[in-house]
Amino acid sequence: MNPFAALLFRDMRLATRAGGSAALALAFFAAVATLVPLGVGSDPCLLSRIAGGVLWIAAVLAALLSLDRLFQADFEDGSLDIIALSPLSLESMSFAKLFAHWLTTGLPLTLLSPVLGVLFGLPPAGYAPLMLSLAVGTPAVSAIGAIGAALTLSIRRGGLILPFIVFPLLAPAVIFGAGAVLAALDGLSNGAFWLLGAFSLVAVLLAPFAAAAAVRLNLAG
Amino acid sequence: MASIFEFANPKRFMNLSGAILPWLAGVCVLSLIAGLYLGFTAPPDYQQGDTVKIMFIHVPAAWVAMMCYGLMAAASLLGLVNRHPLADVAAKTAAPLGATFTALALITGSLWGKPMWGAYWVWDARLTSFLLLLFLYLGYIALWNAIEDETRAARAAAILALVGVVNLPIIEFSVDWWNTLHQGESIIRSGGPLISAVFLWPLGLMALGYTTLFFTLWMIRIRTEIIERRARAFQLGLA
Amino acid sequence: METFFAMGKYAAYVWPAYGASLVGLGLAVAFTLSAYARAKRRLAELEGGK
Repeated sequence: MNPFAALLFRDMRLATRAGGSAALALAFFAAVATLVPLGVGSDPCLLSRIAGGVLWIAAVLAALLSLDRLFQADFEDGSLDIIALSPLSLESMSFAKLFAHWLTTGLPLTLLSPVLGVLFGLPPAGYAPLMLSLAVGTPAVSAIGAIGAALTLSIRRGGLILPFIVFPLLAPAVIFGAGAVLAALDGLSNGAFWLLGAFSLVAVLLAPFAAAAAVRLNLAG
Repeated sequence: MASIFEFANPKRFMNLSGAILPWLAGVCVLSLIAGLYLGFTAPPDYQQGDTVKIMFIHVPAAWVAMMCYGLMAAASLLGLVNRHPLADVAAKTAAPLGATFTALALITGSLWGKPMWGAYWVWDARLTSFLLLLFLYLGYIALWNAIEDETRAARAAAILALVGVVNLPIIEFSVDWWNTLHQGESIIRSGGPLISAVFLWPLGLMALGYTTLFFTLWMIRIRTEIIERRARAFQLGLA
Repeated sequence: METFFAMGKYAAYVWPAYGASLVGLGLAVAFTLSAYARAKRRLAELEGGK
């Protein structure tokens, strides 16, 4: 098996074990989605209107939750040094890791979202746009989050600072993602999907380079 | 053991900045005084009344906030690519200044908007963009402070600044797009009126004053850092 | 003079805006200059006590 696939499957296996980041992300996603109606009231008109935005925010937060360990775990036990010595480039490694992260958080969140959409009384027209926007947009979250994870991997409590440095960079994803759902509900076409897709594509293509640079500076130490 | 002070560049910077600073500060003080005078003696705008006077301190602050981030990113690039000893210092010292000007842009923008829009905060494109910019600055400063090793911190912060500067136009665009999407009935004009000459002069002078103030403070902060490093090197030499 | 301070009934917005700017920039100047003075003093002590 080539090193890329090996790393990919290994990260996925780690994330999907009991108590791993995948389960945690889903649980957090559901938790946030449940808290919102408790906070804003159960008015069905309100909830159905904000469903897209709320679920997008919940998805971003849930994905951020598990990002701080993306590189840090391997850094701490020396695995990162070993991977760095392997024929796998740091860029490929970063891509494998962010891909594994998306497969174990973004993708499951996307699949769970219709269930939570029901809790918010999302109109039928909203479900496909919701799932599609999450499917297209969550790779950007994993990608940009991976950059933050690589930058903060040497900080002991880096988990606290990571969401803070990453969230402004994710604003476009939330804007376009939720905007896509809203457009579908209003029966408009506002190009949100294309903008979101472009953003995700650029993020996923460029993030491995930034993340690799950050890993390199931490390994050089 | 070579200390940073033994490199030619910091010395050259100290000499250069020492020569420029008095002039820079002088231009700053003069243009601020002239700008304030012209600003306060300007007539009220037919549409915005005397609140237009806030423009004279809002627009320059916003302009410096943006310029500073660009300079910070440029310095970061120089530090990463060239390993220029002063580049990291330049980037690090610029950030708190940038954050200050961004905060001032937000506060003055909010006060400018209240009589016009009726609320202290509106989620219009400009204010929202600047709020995100403030967080970009704060995150950058936090990253510098969170990483213990100075060299590592410099490089990590540099990468963050570059990712930020690439993302900034995308963020601006998306916020603009979002704003037009959610505008609804209320038409929020954050552009402001066309500027007539009687306002252009104080605005220009205040912009000059704010810009020179930024460069003055920035230069002094870099000098401070160089002196502190020299002191540290001294202590190590003596210890 | 009165009309100047009234700022055409917008006094509650114009003056706080200028005040906040003065405070903000003033603090920036104060911190910058005091850090500079402190650093120079420290270096002078170290170099002097050589």
